[in-house]
Amino acid sequence: MPTNEVRPLLLRGGHVVDPSTDQDGIADVLLREGRVEAVGTGLGTPDDAEVIDVSGLVVAPGFIDVHVHLREPGGEHKETIASGARAALAGGFTAVCAMPNTDPPIDDPAAVGFVRAEGMRAGQARVYPTGTVSLGMKGERLALIGEMVEAGAVAITDDGKPVANAGLMRLALEYARTFDIPVAQHCEDHTLSAGGSMNEGIVSTRLGIRGIPNASEDVVIARDLLLAELTGGRLHIQHVSTRMGVAMIRDAKARGVSVTAEGTPHHFTLTDEACEEYRTEAKVNPPLRRPEDRAAVIEGIGDGTLDVIATDHAPHHYDEKEQAFEDAPFGLVGLETALGLVVTQLVEKKVLTLAQMVERMSCAPARAFSLPGGTLRRGSIADVTVFDPEREWTVDRNRFLSKSRNTPFHGMTLRGASILTIVDGHVRWRRDDA
Amino acid sequence: MNPAATSLGKDLIGLERLTAEQIRGILDTADPFKEISERAIKKVPVLRGKTIVNLFFEASTRTRISFEFAEKRLSADTVNIASTGSSVQKGETLVDTARNLEAMRIDMVVIRHGSSGAAQFLAERIPSNVINAGDGRHEHPTQALLDLLTLRDHLGRIEGLRVCIVGDVLHSRVARSNIWGLTKLGAEVAVCAPRTLLPIGVEDLGVHVFNRIEEAIEWADALNVLRLQLERMHAGFIPSLREYNRVFGVTRERLERAPRDVLILHPGPMNRGVEIDSDVADGPHSVILNQVTNGVAVRMAVLYLLAGGAPDRAEAAKAEG
Repeated sequence: MPTNEVRPLLLRGGHVVDPSTDQDGIADVLLREGRVEAVGTGLGTPDDAEVIDVSGLVVAPGFIDVHVHLREPGGEHKETIASGARAALAGGFTAVCAMPNTDPPIDDPAAVGFVRAEGMRAGQARVYPTGTVSLGMKGERLALIGEMVEAGAVAITDDGKPVANAGLMRLALEYARTFDIPVAQHCEDHTLSAGGSMNEGIVSTRLGIRGIPNASEDVVIARDLLLAELTGGRLHIQHVSTRMGVAMIRDAKARGVSVTAEGTPHHFTLTDEACEEYRTEAKVNPPLRRPEDRAAVIEGIGDGTLDVIATDHAPHHYDEKEQAFEDAPFGLVGLETALGLVVTQLVEKKVLTLAQMVERMSCAPARAFSLPGGTLRRGSIADVTVFDPEREWTVDRNRFLSKSRNTPFHGMTLRGASILTIVDGHVRWRRDDA
Repeated sequence: MNPAATSLGKDLIGLERLTAEQIRGILDTADPFKEISERAIKKVPVLRGKTIVNLFFEASTRTRISFEFAEKRLSADTVNIASTGSSVQKGETLVDTARNLEAMRIDMVVIRHGSSGAAQFLAERIPSNVINAGDGRHEHPTQALLDLLTLRDHLGRIEGLRVCIVGDVLHSRVARSNIWGLTKLGAEVAVCAPRTLLPIGVEDLGVHVFNRIEEAIEWADALNVLRLQLERMHAGFIPSLREYNRVFGVTRERLERAPRDVLILHPGPMNRGVEIDSDVADGPHSVILNQVTNGVAVRMAVLYLLAGGAPDRAEAAKAEG
């Protein structure tokens, strides 16, 4: 690690927001040798320190996205570990969790080691590998979970091809307890989504597109909450999109079930009307749903039922999205628009305070996946996100650092932009015109 | 008639986005074109020098031939492309197919495709006129237009008519186009099918739902009976074709109990003995073959209007060279 060659970094005069230490006010942050050395007002400047004036900006523990698809190995034309981790930095994320549904899937310790090594070699945002629940993501028997954890996997998931077999899901939750890692589940019953491409409702009926009912998600959320309760395992429910899903998770948390859950920027911003005119940029799974579902997701993020904001960053090559709606793949890129959407849709509209925003984007993700970071406590890793909650900008997909351009937010004016992204005490990314 | 109000613009993608005036304009244009097909020499020079490609990614007999007759009787030059044996089968994307056609400087494309939205996809990417000949489960506008024309021919009006669409509405582009066309022209519309074959939210399109065919027949002035595909039984939407016929079949016995004569339409191809019995299909109130005849006239009208014609000039256009 090159950390000890680096000068200390003093972030001077920013608005430090760190719910983990109840910090919410003007303070300096001193980083040294990859650690947070001090947070306080009027810190002295060490002789050799680099000083950056961050007055007027928010300084937060680094944002962590626990749900990204970096496509490597097998889908390097869409994204690589390096390009995805670079896009993460631009979006203000200091760490991401790479989903294992690559080609081949990340289902053994060697594959986990590959993702981890590529992430370190890239030297961008931290890349935490996840492994599959089942061997080959076939949903039949458990993958080498213990060995993958030893190799660096932080969670297991069959995201993209959810665990259909309830018995296997029970075993996964039980087995994962041994290693104290979460089992992340994309909740979908394929016999109910049945080849659908968008939310089932009046819009899908008019467009003549096969629909995905809320129930296809809800029945698996219900089942997995019961299995989490049965096993005491750590369940992480990905990208909740339905009002019943939010309600069931809220109830389960009240009963003490060990569950965490994600809300995504696209589900709290858009509804199925974004699919009008067969816009494939809005084709995502779970689908964009009705306004009442969107309202429930916003409410769930507000009250902490959905504790984690994650993007489900899912890059696709433009050729793949340039097709008839039902032929195009699911997914949209989210790393470089998340911060702006959270500020614009949730902070500006008083759903979240800045402290709650940092909680959902940094502290809670770190806890849910037992990751370092998520705090500026003295001695913790020196991962810091500096952003401007007032800055207005217009989404231009052609300026994305991701290899892919598949966003439904192109042209949208947002408030809230990342300014500096600091990993391990280094400024890894800085906005050009800041 | 105000030409701007009846102009169709560049493409015909579906009836959802047309106004009642535009739909009436097409039907009014089709009326004078009917006569061309009754002549000994069935050709007028309306589209002389125009190049039209019939791009069929799905099997079709009736619609493809009907378009081809319409094009040829208007003197257009036509090329047929089917997905089998073409570059499409070699993996060419729809957008590349479109660009290649455009590079050959064509004037119009008639497209049939298995994916909903494919016609619009093409229309957005090429400057030629695009006519939707059926896209997935979305729309089949010329079929609905010929259904409307046939209803108007036989019942004298559309407004106030009670029309029930019977059968597999879920998978049917014909049903969607008919619902838009009929409701825009002031008809009352109902659907009747097992709930497994009705799309969610169909009531919100402004239609009644009948669970039982007997109730639908008692209510309706006309039935538009949809084809029930064998695959639907294999996919589990209905238990068996026999049961479908027993519960939902349009039979003579059921029609004889109706309080009035009920006009029978069917977009074809029929499954006799499944959704419709032969003595209904061949009976006195069946207009199924009139639909086919009207199909050519309606498609001529659409081609003529998209090429820049106007409804009130259709009669004169037939004679010009």
